[in-house]
Amino acid sequence: MTSHWCDFQNTDYILHCGSNSSENHPISSKWLNKAHERGAKWIVVDPRYTRTAELADIYCPIRSGTDIAFYGGMYHYIFENLIEPNLADYLKTGKRCDVYNFEYLLNYTNATYILDPEFEFDPETGLFSGFDPENEVYSNHSWHYETEEEIPWTEEQYPWAYKDNVPKFKKPTFEKPKRSMDLSHPRCVYQQMKKHYSRYDLDTVCSICGMDKDNLELVYKTYCESAAPDKTGMILYALGQTQHTYGAQNTRAMSVMQLLLGNIGIPGGGVNALRGEPNVQGATDMGMMVNEHPAYLKWANTTDRKSLAAWLESQTYSAGYYSNKPKFIVSSLKEWFGKNATLENDFGYDWWPKVPSTVGAQDWTHISTFELMDQGVIKGYFNWGMNPCHSAPNAAHVRRSMANLDWLVVADQVETESAGFWHAPDMNPKEIATEVYFLPCALIYEKPGTILNSGRWLQWRYEAVAPYDEAKTDLWMVDQIFTAVRDLYEAEGGANPEPITKAKWDYYVNGEISFYPVTWALNGYRVKTSTFEGNGGKGFKANGLDESGNIHCQLTPGQWGDGRTVVGAEKKGSLSEGKVDLLPGYADLAADGSTACAMWIYSGYYNNSEYPLNPAEQPVGRRILNDEEHGGLGLNPEWAFSWPSNRRILYNRNASDVNGQPWNEAKKLNRWDAKAKKWEIVDVNDFVATKTEADGTVTQVAPDPKNPNSFFMLWEQRARLESYGMADGPFPEFFEPFESPMDRNILNGSLHNPVAFGMSGASKYDSAKLDAVTGEEHDLKDFPIVATTYSVTEHWQTGGQSRSCPALLEAMPTQFVEMSYELAEELGIQNNDDVKVSSRRASVVVKALVTRRFAPFMVDGKVQHQVGLTHHFGFTHEFGQGDVVNDLTPNVGDPNSFTPEYKAFMVKIEKAHEGGVH
Amino acid sequence: MELTRRGFFKGIGAAFAATMAFEMTAAAPALAAEVSGDWKLVNTEERSNICCYCAGGCGSLCSVRDGELIHLEGDPDHPINKGGLCPKGAAMFQLRNVVDPKTREIIKNPDRRTKPMVRRPYSTEWEEISWEDAIKEIARKVKDTRDATFVEKEEVNGEMLTVNRCEGIASLGGSQENSEEEYLILKAMRAFGIVGIDNQARV
Repeated sequence: MTSHWCDFQNTDYILHCGSNSSENHPISSKWLNKAHERGAKWIVVDPRYTRTAELADIYCPIRSGTDIAFYGGMYHYIFENLIEPNLADYLKTGKRCDVYNFEYLLNYTNATYILDPEFEFDPETGLFSGFDPENEVYSNHSWHYETEEEIPWTEEQYPWAYKDNVPKFKKPTFEKPKRSMDLSHPRCVYQQMKKHYSRYDLDTVCSICGMDKDNLELVYKTYCESAAPDKTGMILYALGQTQHTYGAQNTRAMSVMQLLLGNIGIPGGGVNALRGEPNVQGATDMGMMVNEHPAYLKWANTTDRKSLAAWLESQTYSAGYYSNKPKFIVSSLKEWFGKNATLENDFGYDWWPKVPSTVGAQDWTHISTFELMDQGVIKGYFNWGMNPCHSAPNAAHVRRSMANLDWLVVADQVETESAGFWHAPDMNPKEIATEVYFLPCALIYEKPGTILNSGRWLQWRYEAVAPYDEAKTDLWMVDQIFTAVRDLYEAEGGANPEPITKAKWDYYVNGEISFYPVTWALNGYRVKTSTFEGNGGKGFKANGLDESGNIHCQLTPGQWGDGRTVVGAEKKGSLSEGKVDLLPGYADLAADGSTACAMWIYSGYYNNSEYPLNPAEQPVGRRILNDEEHGGLGLNPEWAFSWPSNRRILYNRNASDVNGQPWNEAKKLNRWDAKAKKWEIVDVNDFVATKTEADGTVTQVAPDPKNPNSFFMLWEQRARLESYGMADGPFPEFFEPFESPMDRNILNGSLHNPVAFGMSGASKYDSAKLDAVTGEEHDLKDFPIVATTYSVTEHWQTGGQSRSCPALLEAMPTQFVEMSYELAEELGIQNNDDVKVSSRRASVVVKALVTRRFAPFMVDGKVQHQVGLTHHFGFTHEFGQGDVVNDLTPNVGDPNSFTPEYKAFMVKIEKAHEGGVH
Repeated sequence: MELTRRGFFKGIGAAFAATMAFEMTAAAPALAAEVSGDWKLVNTEERSNICCYCAGGCGSLCSVRDGELIHLEGDPDHPINKGGLCPKGAAMFQLRNVVDPKTREIIKNPDRRTKPMVRRPYSTEWEEISWEDAIKEIARKVKDTRDATFVEKEEVNGEMLTVNRCEGIASLGGSQENSEEEYLILKAMRAFGIVGIDNQARV
């Protein structure tokens, strides 16, 4: 989220696409209802009339998988109805337009930037310029800007980068793009976009999406009212947008829509992903993915990141805040390898494994790992609280692939389908050699630690009770495994032991693995004045800790709702041996190895060096409710901590005009006081508001109307309506899903995304087309019904937790396929019948739920049915069993995010025989 | 404790005849029996926590007495949920403890596994294993697989590169863990040389 949960109350227009938040993020409704009661208009676009649709003012059904047609149609509507009729007048008079925010478009986005002369899109083929047909990948060369001047870095400008002990690298050069400030140049981003989306007229969009024209027009008209400078609209989305073979383009499409409407960086605006796992924000931040590195840096690879120098040269931006990346990566290496990280050995960079990245190289993401198990390449597998035999697409294929493993380690609280895959109904344990270890984990209230919500708040969990029996924290488990492996390498040698033996691993207090030294690593510390690797490697010591290694913390007694605080009863949480010198924030990071920091974006969240064992004494543990003193916008700046730098709304410079005056006084996040020559800051500024001089004095930086630099995390410091950073094109273009009822793409000559993952190039997975049991290839035409999956409020994901709670099972005891009355009648199915739902890959038996929430679509002049399935049940657990619905979904996905296409596939449905079938 | 699937549903059918809310609020009669007075939160200590389901980050209050969880509810001070919890959040107590429908006593959730287990090759059953043995065996397997599948150097575009890659092991998950755990999982897996590392954010 660029915004946060409490900000929902500030919006004027709510648009839900691919999210059913009332059901799946129920508490968020509290904030949406506040906006609605204040008069906000609420629109839901969804294949099904959801619980969220029930609360909304306008419901617009959409065939699954056609979102880009919907967004493209909205751009077309904006160009035709808001920009073109008013642009000439605005350019002539410079007067603020009531219905459209031209200042935002011209100054805060790249609409004025001129694109490379070779940039092209061909509707006949559906291809952008730069397509390499042999490897089925794009080269993005022609998607860049035309530039007019090269401005190299100078030592005066970036003195830190030229210091001794900073690794040598070729310094960046700022290539100044050419602009067309009146948007008249035919190759400027605005004109190219206008041309690109001229095909997306209302009739075409309706025909693809299966929508009613009047209803669609009402949706566009209503939501585009948020283009008025003093209004904001927010888009709320979830997996309904991301789980497609063009899911990342869906996300871009929403961002582009919000930029065209001037809705990013302002209260009640933003692009807001309602994320579905308790700490998925943290795991994303942590870069726990093939190509990612902690804190949105990129992991080492074999091409542009093959050495530290190559990393620094390819990753350091020529302008904007990411010109500081060398500080982040060197501090990360210093935390990782400690004293073994030196200037001479590139701070240990080469010990990190390098991901293959040449054209055509093997992919290692989620879907591909099962192909690699199938081929016998991957032999051992760790599952940390994740259940791929249930949650991965084509799960029957996944179980068969996992049966090839030599060993599997599952850390979880219940026996998941992955832990027990060898006794699935479709498996024969006597034929499966895999050795499976089940490691019982502590529950969330049986351990301490940091967790992040979707709004980027870092909050502290206090341990309430000790783990049951022999259950342990994952922290303890991974420490045990890592140190046992390290001991083996130290005793026996083996394949290059250095990446293991040279890693700094000393997160101990009183000799026990502890959460606190890891928080210090995440926050960052000064190396010289901290005693990591001190005390003969035995770590830190403290007095007065309880059996779990925590200080005794509890909430002060009081009445409900009076803002109680957490107190440590006796000890404040200081160290008796050892010392840590925590960094106040990331502004103090250096690129010379003097600072160590695992997560530069978290820096400042845990920075009180006096009481390093007491989270209540840290920014993360704050519980001060003083929102009214900070504008009453729900920013809650003294509740916990929000990354980066406790900023609650990202890109907040955009809440004010080029002169630093808020678009709307009621939505003020900052203001330049021209008289006092000073910024008034409501939310921590996401722009350069002050400058620290060499002598330490801090001066105010007045707004520069020509260069507001309001998106300063990008080198051009303007948001990208057009982006050269995507694998599948600089503008979102509509394609049909991998499985679709259509045999043509109405908008261009390519039925599918030409570079979809699993369908093209180096990664073509036949398994997505084949029956997982028999290996046959069934004809897609025999599967005429569009299907999607979704969740119910009583259950969660693969049901590992919710199916073990009697109250939740009682409330929702089974899974189902939901269908329209029309389809049920065609198929002769009654409500509550057991039905067999089949895709090309597998079949499941579930209950039929016949409702008015689905209705047939008219697509390209023909009736098209769609159904939806819930997916929370499986074959393990004491209670609440059912078939694994992800046996149906296809293992293909998006070429940028590698996210599978769960949300649009084709099925057939028939009545199940007595006793069920498989 | 006998709790078959059929018996369980029969049990909750009877015991839950009142409402789900009864189960939530009256969860602790057995534990509260010795305490004087009839308010169940007498002499408890409160610890704040954050919900384990969606990424809303709603605050919860865990009430604890003598080392056992007595009650769990929404944190009324929390600025996001202001005391509210959704159905799943409100049932978080049951992840640890449930009411035995026969005896009406609070018992450990029978669905939860709290001891290390191993399933040997071709076996149809789980066996118990000590932590010590489990860690020892896992470490041996990690080392043997790593040694057998490690690529220390490879030629890329005509240049010999140090790549330090372990191709025989993959790791999945992380969004259920706290951030400190995520960092150490990531650090350990990457130190082994794993590039096939992913988590829930991928799907």
